[in-house]
Amino acid sequence: MAETLRELLSEEELLGFFEQMVLCREFEESCAEQYSKGHITGFLHLYTGQEAVAVGCTAGLQEKDYILSAYRDHAQAIVRGADPKKVMAELFGKATGLCKGKGGSMHLFAPELNFMGGYAIVGGQFPIATGLAWGSQLLEEDRVTACLFGDGSMNQGTFHESLNWARLWDLPVLFICENNFYGIGTEVHRASAQAALHRRTCGYDIPSEKVDGMDVIAMYQATKRAAEWVRERQRPYFIEAVTYRFRGHSMSDPAKYRSPSETDVWKTRDPIPNLSRRLLEEGIATKEQLEEITKRCLARVEESVRFAEESPWPEDAAVWEDIYV
Amino acid sequence: MAEMTYRDAINLALKEEMRRDKTVVVYGEDVALYEGAFKVTRGLLSEFGELRVRDCPISENTIVGVAVGAAMAGIRPVAELMTVNFALLAMDQIVNHMAKVRYMFGGQTKVPMVVRMPGGGGSQLGAQHSQSLESYFMHCPGMLVAYPATPADAKGLLKTSIREDNPVIFLEHELLYNSKGEVPEDPEYLVPFGKASVMREGEQVTLVGYGRMAILALQAAQQLEKDGISCEVIDLRTLVPLDMEMVLASVRKTGRVAVIEECWKSAGLGGDIASRIYEGCFDTLLAPVHRISGLDVPMPYSRKIEKLCIPQLEGIVQGVHDLLNEPY
Repeated sequence: MAETLRELLSEEELLGFFEQMVLCREFEESCAEQYSKGHITGFLHLYTGQEAVAVGCTAGLQEKDYILSAYRDHAQAIVRGADPKKVMAELFGKATGLCKGKGGSMHLFAPELNFMGGYAIVGGQFPIATGLAWGSQLLEEDRVTACLFGDGSMNQGTFHESLNWARLWDLPVLFICENNFYGIGTEVHRASAQAALHRRTCGYDIPSEKVDGMDVIAMYQATKRAAEWVRERQRPYFIEAVTYRFRGHSMSDPAKYRSPSETDVWKTRDPIPNLSRRLLEEGIATKEQLEEITKRCLARVEESVRFAEESPWPEDAAVWEDIYV
Repeated sequence: MAEMTYRDAINLALKEEMRRDKTVVVYGEDVALYEGAFKVTRGLLSEFGELRVRDCPISENTIVGVAVGAAMAGIRPVAELMTVNFALLAMDQIVNHMAKVRYMFGGQTKVPMVVRMPGGGGSQLGAQHSQSLESYFMHCPGMLVAYPATPADAKGLLKTSIREDNPVIFLEHELLYNSKGEVPEDPEYLVPFGKASVMREGEQVTLVGYGRMAILALQAAQQLEKDGISCEVIDLRTLVPLDMEMVLASVRKTGRVAVIEECWKSAGLGGDIASRIYEGCFDTLLAPVHRISGLDVPMPYSRKIEKLCIPQLEGIVQGVHDLLNEPY
């Protein structure tokens, strides 16, 4: 990249990106530990490796924009501003959790931050994103709806239905595919006849581009440009963010379907060391500063675990609450 | 009061609510330009314009999901699925999303939306277009289910549904669209959910129905009166919530009850109602609960055998005679 980081973003923004990515990474590593201790149960899908996508795309949106995601949703919620304490408490199933312990890892939700949810039926969020965009358009709120999803969900009927619908009605949806190459253990070319996923939107007359999802700056720039395009034209757009998850699909997956050498190659592209290297090279931060940030993130994560541990369980009566208004 | 058809009563409810609240929008397959497969949405496009009355692609799952999203955003969508049969394509958005988002997000959102679905059998439309799926929707918590039998209830229940903050499955019977009745003209005429209606008072047998089955039950009661048999007819009006209080009060009075359901008998709503009757007033029953149900077969086309599969007037009359002859 010809431009220097300083030309693109302020020091504060750049360090913010670094801090958010480290916070997500440490949060997820802590989740793995808490899972092994039995404090977190159920399904747990970690975001490790994909941090640049959540951080970059969130930064490219405006606060009023809606964002929603699939079940690998901790990072998107935290980057949007959800308190890691409440997220961790949710994973512990505690009453102080983001969703009172009723949602769990896959169903985070923070409407005050316009984080409109994690959805755990693959592709279930496409129609909802389309509806959110329509609703906000009717209400003339000038919002963009950013719909995040994995490569595997592009083979669901809802993908086709919703992309067709969003273009037909000209709705402000920014579709962002997090292509981490695997739907659980099925590699993208074994599931999609067209493995160049961004090319699949031509049938819906939706422009698309492929972005390096391991580069937070690239992700930020692409999202910002795309979101403003969507806002101005009131039309959907599609980004394929090429990324990689360093862990298995979920905690029960040892990821034997891919070679260690493949994972090793991708680890050389780890978005966090890559950004820190650039920050150091360009003299934007010192090693000590970055260590300080990492320490701060670790402390926040430890605090979130402590908060979750000490929080009360939901009352039995809560089981009957929130079904109906 | 004005006499109008069930179809026009629904149409009037849509118009009144759209006039009252600008966030009410109507969309579905062929609802705008074509004015609905059953012409229920006639005149909506011309009065409210294409922003609020929209045709959409044949994408049932997304029809429901778009309503979930739009409702979360602050709109009150009234989506039409051309028939209830196509709701099976949308069951993921209905069951996994519409009915769940409020709960799994800890009460932080609500989805004030209505999905209208014409359905029911008896028009020789074959196995894929004649289904009565009301029990499917009753099974899943998180949504309300209305099924009007009369034009007045069609208007009042739909208006309540549109103003309701919970998602509503609104079932309409295709064979009732042309039925006529007196409908209050008051634009504030609302029928509450969870309140069944006594269509006719009686002493010897309680007939419990809903939708077209309530109309058949009423006709059966009128016929049985000629034989000197007094039937009380209860129209459930909403299946969720279910007004068991009214059903139990009636059964305690009569001691005998027949539940008439258009759906298949296996795991049908009649079995659920029967069990609630046993739990609620076993000691006052003079005979076992009688179920008159759709046959457990895919619907055949030929009219001679189609009618075997759906409760008929004669079958209900015979059922009441059988019930009175039970040797208890």
